[in-house]
Amino acid sequence: MTVAGDGKAGAKKNRWSAGVTPYAEMGYYNADYVPKDTDILAAFRFVPQEGVEPIEAGAAVAGESSTATWTVVWTDRLTAYEHYQGKCYRVEKVPGTNQYIAFIAYDLDLFEEGSIANMSSSLIGNVFGFKALKSLRLEDLRIPPHYTKTFHGPPHGIMMEREYLNKYGRPLLGATVKPKLGLSAKNYGRVVYEALRGGLDFTKDDENINSQPFMRWRDRWLFCMEAVNKAMAHTGEIKGHYLNVTAATMEEMYERAEFAKELGSVIIMVDLTAGFTAIQSMAKWCRKNGVLLHLHRAGHSTYTRQKTHGVNFRVIAKWMRLAGVDHIHAGTVVGKLEGDLHSVQGYYKTLRTQYTEPDPMLGLYFEQDWASMPGVMPVASGGIHAGQMHLLLSYLGEDTILQFGGGTIGHPDGIAAGATANRVAVEVMVQARNEGKDILREGPEILEKACRWSPALAKAIETWKDISFEFESTDVPDAVAMPTVEV
Amino acid sequence: MRITQGTFSYLPDFTDEEIAAQVQYIIDQGWSIMIEYTDDPHPRNTYWDMWGLPLFDIKDPAAVMQELNECRKAFPNHYIRISGYNRQQGYQSTMISFICNRPKEEPGFELDRMEWEDRQQKYRLKAYALDKPKGQRY
Repeated sequence: MTVAGDGKAGAKKNRWSAGVTPYAEMGYYNADYVPKDTDILAAFRFVPQEGVEPIEAGAAVAGESSTATWTVVWTDRLTAYEHYQGKCYRVEKVPGTNQYIAFIAYDLDLFEEGSIANMSSSLIGNVFGFKALKSLRLEDLRIPPHYTKTFHGPPHGIMMEREYLNKYGRPLLGATVKPKLGLSAKNYGRVVYEALRGGLDFTKDDENINSQPFMRWRDRWLFCMEAVNKAMAHTGEIKGHYLNVTAATMEEMYERAEFAKELGSVIIMVDLTAGFTAIQSMAKWCRKNGVLLHLHRAGHSTYTRQKTHGVNFRVIAKWMRLAGVDHIHAGTVVGKLEGDLHSVQGYYKTLRTQYTEPDPMLGLYFEQDWASMPGVMPVASGGIHAGQMHLLLSYLGEDTILQFGGGTIGHPDGIAAGATANRVAVEVMVQARNEGKDILREGPEILEKACRWSPALAKAIETWKDISFEFESTDVPDAVAMPTVEV
Repeated sequence: MRITQGTFSYLPDFTDEEIAAQVQYIIDQGWSIMIEYTDDPHPRNTYWDMWGLPLFDIKDPAAVMQELNECRKAFPNHYIRISGYNRQQGYQSTMISFICNRPKEEPGFELDRMEWEDRQQKYRLKAYALDKPKGQRY
């Protein structure tokens, strides 16, 4: 394919004569370009096809994700094309692999204000099918405050959520109701009641529980809110259940959200599969109606997990903070689902902090200034239990939601005992940390001491003490010891 | 019934030594400290009564413990909590808040229901103690 050949061979054709001109020569590669503060910057990992120069490939990515098509078009000359072209300004080889990282700058004018759908249609639109590349992955974005300020952001954010719930100083605790499919609404509500009265702050619908024949959504809403209110009376605390409003149409989603609000639910949830636009719409609805918004990242692994394909989760995390969710699942490190320590800490930083420096160890390619946009509460869910509390608190910090589904409902003395075990474990670990103890080292001992007065915790530790999920991660940051080399 | 609001309600009541250790943590973070009391434990009762002004620039937990003890003397059968407050931009909120005094008896909450249309119920949460006026509840 000529397009991909190195543009140096043969006599150079005029940039504007009809036919095919290499992307690099069309201006999509510019090593001298100095990114503006207002530019959106992207880092793409790619593997070029045999015979394709890395720089030409980087230029092609810049072209296909901005203004270019495969051939010269005279209509380009009706535009200030230098302004609108994506500009690849650096290509680095990833040592020890056949991969490269292309750094590309996009002018702010390429994107519609406040639209994730628009930004993603450019950045991960056609370009991912481009034949001259063997593989492509969007690793990270630098989104400037000029663009960030056009977005809605989390309906409430971490601090507002804590003030709303009257819960401070410790990770919040949740559980997903299991089995995730098949329970009747009445039985489902029983699980919610037991888990909340036992000590959890939240329970949760799973991603695929919407409105099926065995449990229609409206029935679930009614029984869950009965459970939530009873648990509040039992404990004197605010409690919530994430009612999943994901449905086939926005009209249906709004109807379910309205009813959740009418019943006094503090929170609703939506799945990533509903789409970016649906999420942005729900964010607006949640801000307007004072309801927290939980996002379950259903489906993300189809494009985030493999190192050479798709979109890194840190980009999804940035998009979802802009789009506006209050919670997002972001990995556990120690649980059953993919996520190495450094990558996950990078996601957590991306979601929670106001400003991050580039940090190759955490997989952060760029600095990121959130311009006072509130943080999103990261959720750790999937295969975690009370015996890992010291690890969870050390790795993930306290502005997080720890969700123990099996680790609550599977407790041999029942759901409430499982919930109590988790609550005791988290409180005792926060107490120890605040007292200056090295919880990473002393954690097991701290838990063991609490087991002496908490039979619920003792049973939990006994049941799950040998459970861990130690598999090699498919995606870790490049920055082992080797820095990348410019080509 | 034990009201489980606050950062540490699932642990046995803290000794004064344990309370002082948490106060030391708050001081070390550079946060200010607030002592508040109430006899209305509704979880949405945000504004407990302040025991004086927030304590800024405290160096030694002993000063806080002294205030706490005076508050306990005045309101031995109220809920009293200590909170740490972070004025930093991006926070400007409470960072930790735990109960360090409780009434001897906690009768808990009544969940009142009202039948509503379409199988709905309207719920109302009320502490049993609230049947009496403020100051005579516990």
